Amino acid sequence: MMPFTYERAQSPAAAAAAAARSPSAKFIAGGTNLLDLMKLRIERPGHLIDVNGLALDRIEPTAEGGLRIGALVRNTDLAADARVRRDYAVLARALLAGASGQLRNKATTAGNLLQRTRCPYFYDTDQPCNKREPGSGCGALAGYSRQLAVVGGSEACIATHPSDMAVGMRALDAVVETVRPDGATSEIPIEGFHRLPGETPQIETALQPGELITAVTLPPPVGGTHVYRKVRDRASYAFALVSVAAVIQRDGSGAVALGGVAPKPWRRAEADAALPQGAQASAAALMQGARPTEDNAFKLKLVERTLGAVLAEARS
Amino acid sequence: MRFDTPATTNPIDRLRIIGQPVDRIDGPLKVRGAAPYAYEQHEAVPNQAYGWVVGAGIAKGRITRMDLDAAHAAPGVIAILTTENAGPLDKGKRNAAPLLGGPEITHYHQAIALVIAESFEQARDAAQRVQVAYAVEEGAFDLAEAKAEGVGPSKDSPDSKIGDFAKAFAEAPVQLDATYTTPDQTHAMMEPHASLAAWDGESLEVWTSNQMVAWAHQDLAKTLRLKKEQVRIRSPYVGGGFGAKLFLRADILLAALGARLAGRPVKVALQRPLIANNTTHRAATIQRIRLGAGRDGRLTAIAHESWSGNVEGGEEENAIQQTRLLYAGANRLTGTRLAHLDLAEGNAMRAPGEAPGLLALEVAMDEMAEKLGIDPVEFRILNDTQEDPEKPDRPFSQRQLIECLRQGAAGFGWDQRSAQPGTRREGRWLVGLGMAVGFRNNLVDKSGARVRLDGEGIVTVETDMTDIGTGSYTIIAQTAAEMMGVALDRVVVRLGDSSFPASAGSGGQWGANTSTAGVYAACVKLREQVAQALGLNASDADFADGMVRSGERSIPLADAARDGALTAEDTIEFGDLQKRFQQSTFAGHFVEVAVDAATAEVRVRRMLAVCAAGRILNPKSARSQVIGAMTMGLGAALMEELAVDTRQGFFVNHDLAGYEVPVHADVPRQEVIFLDEVDPTSSPMKAKGVGELGLCGVGAAVANAIHNATGIRVRDYPITLDKLLDRLPG
Amino acid sequence: MPIPDTETSSRTPAPDPVPGDVSLARLSLRVNGAVRELELDTRTTLLDALREALRLTGTKKGCDHGQCGACTVLVEGRRIYSCLTLAVMHEGESITTIEGLGTAEALHPMQAAFVKHDGYQCGYCTPGQICSAVAVLEEIEAGIPSHVSESLDAVRISDAEIRERMSGNICRCGAYANILDAINEVGGQPA
Repeated sequence: MMPFTYERAQSPAAAAAAAARSPSAKFIAGGTNLLDLMKLRIERPGHLIDVNGLALDRIEPTAEGGLRIGALVRNTDLAADARVRRDYAVLARALLAGASGQLRNKATTAGNLLQRTRCPYFYDTDQPCNKREPGSGCGALAGYSRQLAVVGGSEACIATHPSDMAVGMRALDAVVETVRPDGATSEIPIEGFHRLPGETPQIETALQPGELITAVTLPPPVGGTHVYRKVRDRASYAFALVSVAAVIQRDGSGAVALGGVAPKPWRRAEADAALPQGAQASAAALMQGARPTEDNAFKLKLVERTLGAVLAEARS
Repeated sequence: MRFDTPATTNPIDRLRIIGQPVDRIDGPLKVRGAAPYAYEQHEAVPNQAYGWVVGAGIAKGRITRMDLDAAHAAPGVIAILTTENAGPLDKGKRNAAPLLGGPEITHYHQAIALVIAESFEQARDAAQRVQVAYAVEEGAFDLAEAKAEGVGPSKDSPDSKIGDFAKAFAEAPVQLDATYTTPDQTHAMMEPHASLAAWDGESLEVWTSNQMVAWAHQDLAKTLRLKKEQVRIRSPYVGGGFGAKLFLRADILLAALGARLAGRPVKVALQRPLIANNTTHRAATIQRIRLGAGRDGRLTAIAHESWSGNVEGGEEENAIQQTRLLYAGANRLTGTRLAHLDLAEGNAMRAPGEAPGLLALEVAMDEMAEKLGIDPVEFRILNDTQEDPEKPDRPFSQRQLIECLRQGAAGFGWDQRSAQPGTRREGRWLVGLGMAVGFRNNLVDKSGARVRLDGEGIVTVETDMTDIGTGSYTIIAQTAAEMMGVALDRVVVRLGDSSFPASAGSGGQWGANTSTAGVYAACVKLREQVAQALGLNASDADFADGMVRSGERSIPLADAARDGALTAEDTIEFGDLQKRFQQSTFAGHFVEVAVDAATAEVRVRRMLAVCAAGRILNPKSARSQVIGAMTMGLGAALMEELAVDTRQGFFVNHDLAGYEVPVHADVPRQEVIFLDEVDPTSSPMKAKGVGELGLCGVGAAVANAIHNATGIRVRDYPITLDKLLDRLPG
Repeated sequence: MPIPDTETSSRTPAPDPVPGDVSLARLSLRVNGAVRELELDTRTTLLDALREALRLTGTKKGCDHGQCGACTVLVEGRRIYSCLTLAVMHEGESITTIEGLGTAEALHPMQAAFVKHDGYQCGYCTPGQICSAVAVLEEIEAGIPSHVSESLDAVRISDAEIRERMSGNICRCGAYANILDAINEVGGQPA
């Protein structure tokens, strides 16, 4: 970990402005992923802007009847919020399936969205990784890739996004609110927030340098049955092999998003449209164009079977 | 004391304190965080500096250039150790690959430098500025490939052949020929390897976390070309070992060399992401098992061959050793084949040999029972033997395997198991029961202790024995209390110091029996001194309740030391009882699993172990050993695997996020039953070990339960859902 | 960071940002009830501040990457991994470590229950387990749901709840079943 200077930001705009002044600055909130990576010198900020003091830790109703979740709301608090439990259970369930109690107590809404991949080649600085060192190659493609992406990846990178929370948010059509160094605010639909790797896997989100997430808004509740199913080798405290977030209506229509299979929370309109036809059709739409490796080809079948179980649960 | 005839009645048999489920005496320290581990010895010496280990970034080749300038220039750096400035080094007797590599690199993450700085943060930062260029060489990293190229038996471990296996197998009406694989595993103990080293002139003191103080002592002295008298090693608390800390490892050596270079004490903890590739691991195996039986279910032919790989100087994973002893059968063939691999050194992990061996053998037995249409429990009972099948004149000292299986089957509700797999469904779950035999040999080695009685009546035991979570502090105190006739709180136990008498250490599940036997021997001597001091006849003196009684006389024990403390030291040494009797421990493991009918996720729902392992010195801590081992067996069955990158030659998932071990949510209700047993051939304690027995066979029981639940036979561990998914019923 | 050079690898590592000198920060923490003034390298984690600067070594370092739970402490009453947070981020906050839970003379009920039920073996994960266990019972009491809660709204203590919530504390010795008994004793569930 390199030495860094440290400051506590006083307002969101001031935080963004401070970040713009120092090209090697990073925001720190929960820190549970950033510090992990700094210790390995994968993240190398020369300046840390602690945003924990910003009053971004409230959950409030929006004028449209949705919910505005402050960027600093801790995962535990978000999952425990009565409105989230009632109206957005898929999000509460996704949060609770992630990490551990200790991590959820610290990890924030914004930080969870910004988690970086857990690809072991990204984490090992002696191995090539296009995400960590652009142009160095991908160790995973022909290496050990059981955990990695089957769809949405590229020749440069098959890393997965590790979040559960973001998968729930993707199924709920959340919108990410930000503030830029010039004070301008912006709203980024979660669909476009995470980027696919293409030839630039180091660029993971739509955020501009210095841009700070201030909140995530959820649209008004859509009702339906909410299910989040996470499949993993051990029963807890593990990243997903496959996860399914689904909001299913009485008529069989709904929304479905996947975790553990792609570089971002994975959802396709065709798959939603196919939901009434059942898991096989919907899974086929979700996995269309998949390019699995020998190690992770099982995920295709696992997606279909897990989605089938989720739809059965939603129906019952 | 030489132990060469079976034990007769002795004071241990009173079982006033021995055999009682007393709480651990080190418990109150541990629950308060007040037991200082190796990296926490702030009070030991002042002015401690921090070391950070740089690991090699390639598996095989040479360092062509090492640029230390940026690291030297970083704030707080005191010195950087490499082979360039380490001075001449020998290699420890028990080390295969050099602990400090360079310029030649023999495995990934082999230590190549130690950066020493004023603070932990500075050492880490500077170490990350070290730049290394390598010339990479081709290496061998793929066991299956090495096997395909052909590897024969090694000269050191020739095949064992009894009767005519080939003929008997060919003629057997029922045959099984199956190949199983077990993966590389890492010990993943919670405390990383850690050491603090301090020099005083030519003398070196080390505080470390090591299971075998005497081995580390010997090998550190040898590596540094010092006399043993110049080196002192202390290992009072060990945060888990499971075999990882049996040997001198890089943390100790680099701390010692670093402290010499820096001219001040240095402490080093191996960074977690280094441990899997830097240290030893349980090596992967490929095992071929052939069984032949008559239609009556009696085995006539047993063959077990096991392939494993290792670095130059490393040994094979001896996965066939239980097969030589476990079941009757006139025609037998067992052997190991060792391939050269350029991964890190393979070495002992809890129950080396038997743990992977039983993962294969006990599934093969399940498969054979199925072929024969015989209940798996009955099939094992049918093939039980009371003597060494290779040497029929050599009986087992104790062998209550049948009783383990019968009690286990009754206690677990084995009769509820459907012989037809894949037929029990509960909601989303496919449910199955499985069982396997646990078997682990009882090993003994000489073990010494010193016992002192002071004028307050306090008995102090000193031995270099370690407590790695096994309960050594407590059972040693129980032994001394029983022998000297005092309450447990009158005993002080001091462990893990090379200035104390050498013990057998903690490994191979021999620690409990042998270290307490050493304490027993020392106490026998101390009792003689006490009797003499009190003018009593040692042979009929009874030590109880803090008093010594002989005939009509009854004198406080403490009186014996009123003119000064009495000290006795002795070492238990073992004769040939191990040769005359096959001493082994046995278990019946029973497991219920549920397999998700959609996703094939496997969750264990119940576990039972029935163990026959000689006298149980402390049923509470012994039970903990067994449930802990059952948990590790669950991990071996379902999730644990060091994934090998066969191009780059390293274990990829080298941290605790990537290498999954069981968490609390994985572990169900676990029951343990110890059968009444004393084994007078084992030691005066009449005990054997349980810490490894508890692991042996567990994974196979899980595998067999999965088969019973789903009808799917997976022969490649771990049994992750991807291996079941395509074949799920329905 | 060993970086193979161009002789053997086509990779060209990104240059480091210009290294600064060590940055120090003054802070005060309330640790186990006592205010402690510190001047620390900003890089110092809360864990290392406790273990190295304050010499409170009851809090353990098992992995230093949030993967084991041995470093669990309570900050402002909530359990977190002290390895994944910087000390400087906790200015003025209240930290409870294992040393603050009980004393040799008067163990905390959870500590006593761990001894009684042999809820440990090597002892290295134990302080983290105990800190976590104390917080888990409070979390259940507060109605905070978990992954295994059947209903998100009616959370009740059960074996499954405890097992799931304690899963962020790995015990390689495998004392889980005994840890469960210890927590149940304190939590009022029959073992």
